[in-house]
Amino acid sequence: HWQELESENRLDGETASDSESRSEFGGSSTVQTSDDTPEVLNRALSNLSSRWKNWWVRGILTLAMITFFFIIIYLGPMVLMTIVMCVQIKCFHEIITIGYNVYHSYDLPWFRTLSWYFLLCVNYFFYGETVTDYFFTLVQREEPLRILSKYHRFISFTLYLTGFCMFVLSLVKKHYRLQFYMFGWTHVTLLIVVTQSHLIIHNLFEGMIWFIVPISCVICNDIMAYMFGFFFGRTPLIKLSPKKTWEGFIGGFFSTVLFGWLLSYVMSGYRCFTCPVEFNNDTNSFTVDCEPSELFQLQEYNIPLVLQSVVGWKTVRMYPFQIHSIALSTFASLIGPFGGFFASGFKRAFKIKDFANTIPGHGGIMDRFDCQYLMATFVNVYIASFIRGPNPSKLIQQFLTLRPDQQLHIFNTLKAHLVDRGILGSLEDA
Amino acid sequence: EVDLEERLCELDLRSDSDVPDVSPPTDSTPEILKRALSGLSARWKNWWIRGILTLAMISGFFLIIYLGSFMLMLLVLSIQVKCYHEIITIGYRVYHSYDLPWFRSLSWYFLLCVNYFFYGETVADYFATFVQRREQLQFLIRYHRFISFTLYLTGFCMFVLSLVKKHYRLQFYMFAWTHVTLLITVTQSHLVIQNLFEGMIWFLVPISSVICNDITAYIFGFFFGRTPLIKLSPKKTWEGFIGGFFSTVVFGFIFSYFLAQHQYFVCPVEYNSETNRFVTECEPSELFQMKKYCVPPLLQDVFGWETVNMYPFQMHSFALSTFASLIGPFGGFFASGFKRAFKIKDFADTIPGHGGIMDRFDCQYLMATFVHVYITSFIRGPNPSKLLKQLLILQPEQQLSVYKTLKSHLVEKGILQPSLRG
Repeated sequence: HWQELESENRLDGETASDSESRSEFGGSSTVQTSDDTPEVLNRALSNLSSRWKNWWVRGILTLAMITFFFIIIYLGPMVLMTIVMCVQIKCFHEIITIGYNVYHSYDLPWFRTLSWYFLLCVNYFFYGETVTDYFFTLVQREEPLRILSKYHRFISFTLYLTGFCMFVLSLVKKHYRLQFYMFGWTHVTLLIVVTQSHLIIHNLFEGMIWFIVPISCVICNDIMAYMFGFFFGRTPLIKLSPKKTWEGFIGGFFSTVLFGWLLSYVMSGYRCFTCPVEFNNDTNSFTVDCEPSELFQLQEYNIPLVLQSVVGWKTVRMYPFQIHSIALSTFASLIGPFGGFFASGFKRAFKIKDFANTIPGHGGIMDRFDCQYLMATFVNVYIASFIRGPNPSKLIQQFLTLRPDQQLHIFNTLKAHLVDRGILGSLEDA
Repeated sequence: EVDLEERLCELDLRSDSDVPDVSPPTDSTPEILKRALSGLSARWKNWWIRGILTLAMISGFFLIIYLGSFMLMLLVLSIQVKCYHEIITIGYRVYHSYDLPWFRSLSWYFLLCVNYFFYGETVADYFATFVQRREQLQFLIRYHRFISFTLYLTGFCMFVLSLVKKHYRLQFYMFAWTHVTLLITVTQSHLVIQNLFEGMIWFLVPISSVICNDITAYIFGFFFGRTPLIKLSPKKTWEGFIGGFFSTVVFGFIFSYFLAQHQYFVCPVEYNSETNRFVTECEPSELFQMKKYCVPPLLQDVFGWETVNMYPFQMHSFALSTFASLIGPFGGFFASGFKRAFKIKDFADTIPGHGGIMDRFDCQYLMATFVHVYITSFIRGPNPSKLLKQLLILQPEQQLSVYKTLKSHLVEKGILQPSLRG
């Protein structure tokens, strides 16, 4: 089919070594992907040559995805959470399907059910932890939710254990190895896909800017590296991905840092992006309204002497968050691509061209999100280490489960500490 | 080399019987034992070796308990490293991947990273006062997650850079194998250590229950065994399973009774910064104080008593021993299935007559996780000192608002008198 042949044809900016990759794919391909381009596009572009047609298909779909991204941002946190959940399920499904195809294990007893069951268990565990933290008051009000949240870990563990025992009971004499492979495959996939989608949601709750800026930096790096590679690409970067070039890598790095800087500047001005997402118990909806923290208040910075001559100003007003954005965009351009190389290596190892064929011209959802995963973990660790401290409402919640004498002890220690720091006057009854 | 990977990939698709066996490990029974038992027939010889080694292991266990918490922690760490090594070696043999570039270094590096992460979290909690005094440790603790993540990421990038053209699939297999092994062995050994810190009784009773279940199920099966339990392990029988269950529950009950009397076993392990040692001294909590329980009328006729003095902990021991006998064996079946899947007889040959360390500990893993989840759900609340530490990190405004909330809560519950200033 022409589409398969053509999509193997890389665009300009590649180097000669891509012919090697083509011959590898020409061989035993595990997954046959079919043409998914909608009829409309096919007809509209039927006149152009096949190479430009592919470029147009990719371009249109890229714009469509970016527009979609903006729309769901506009629709708010709840919709974003739902989208993250759907992306997670789709990625899980794609990777598990690859596993089935690799091992021809579609007919293994129970296995499809067990994979979905484990996905459900792990999601239940993570969502339970998140819900308990962020919807604390709501949970305390409803009796069944309170019990579920109090014994949450035990319930999740029991659910997981049931799945584990079902797996052991489902082991069939001639298929032990395949079943263990699929078990391992499922767990590694869960580790990658599910934990990181929950980290994304944690980042989102911290403030939508912590969700949008990292994702946009990765997307920008993808596009910029491609553009720089297209126009200036000459030296291959890594054997795993013959399309990538050093020129594209470095050009992408600088453009992404600049882009992150500008985007943070624009976004830090709006409360709806910088405020933590909170659940308002009275209106039963999410609100993003608060006093912007220090990070999002304009400050004067002195420009180092070196740059003063270049730029011509002595001081500049920026948001402290923009400094953090440099860290985020640096990670997105330098380390994020390793996620992409990992996925490329994975595809070569299992002789597949794309994870799936959901997005015409781009492959599966996982193909688009492979670089995002490392980014989500990094942002989460970054926030936990450098930005925010522990969550006060979670601490209060833990406090309430202590014994009275422990509560009193902590209260007195805290009081002494506050008095010490002068935050609380010693005679004040607060 | 291409052929090797192609052949292995094809082997993946065929059923188990086509796959060649992994070469069995060599016999490592010490010479002394061999000579001493050379007179007996092969079957009794095996029985004696197993018996002697069992007693040796149990004595070793008691000795380490006597030596204290720190030695126990070291022992748990050594067992973890050995189990990890055994499973990784199996992976190498299965995939003939001993020569893969970098892979041995990377496996050990990942083990180091994950251990660093977990020990860092534990150390920060339990050694809080020790840590506060030293500047460098403060820095390491504060940015602990970031440092661990960076270390792990370095390993990940090294893995990606080490991918070699003809060995992609093998390298990904070993990567996944390493991670699943880390998930199983390392996380659970840390849960064991956390259980230990809760009080040595939470470490001893579960482990002893699993060992007791192993031994009594074997004995019941030996004398009364008739109906096979599960195809995976033909040696196990329903009679052994049920007999083991009842004996383990009784054993757990009695053993808890004895342990609950001594502070050494019952108190949480704490680190005394002045003496630089671990101490286990405290006021025993409610769980370990004798209480009168009314015997239900049904059992009154059987026993002839109306009330009985027990420790509340003995009730919990029912839950622990029930889990050890009913669900613990699934860990053993999982390991048996694993050994059949990869055509190996034992994980290694470290212990003569028993196999590798992993063979002895396969049932323990589920138990450790269960005990940890049990403790956090039903026994203790969050760790007060950890909570305090987190409170002190908050921003001043946050601290003030938390203080107000806590105060109103305590006043409401009557724990704090509103008129007093303190």
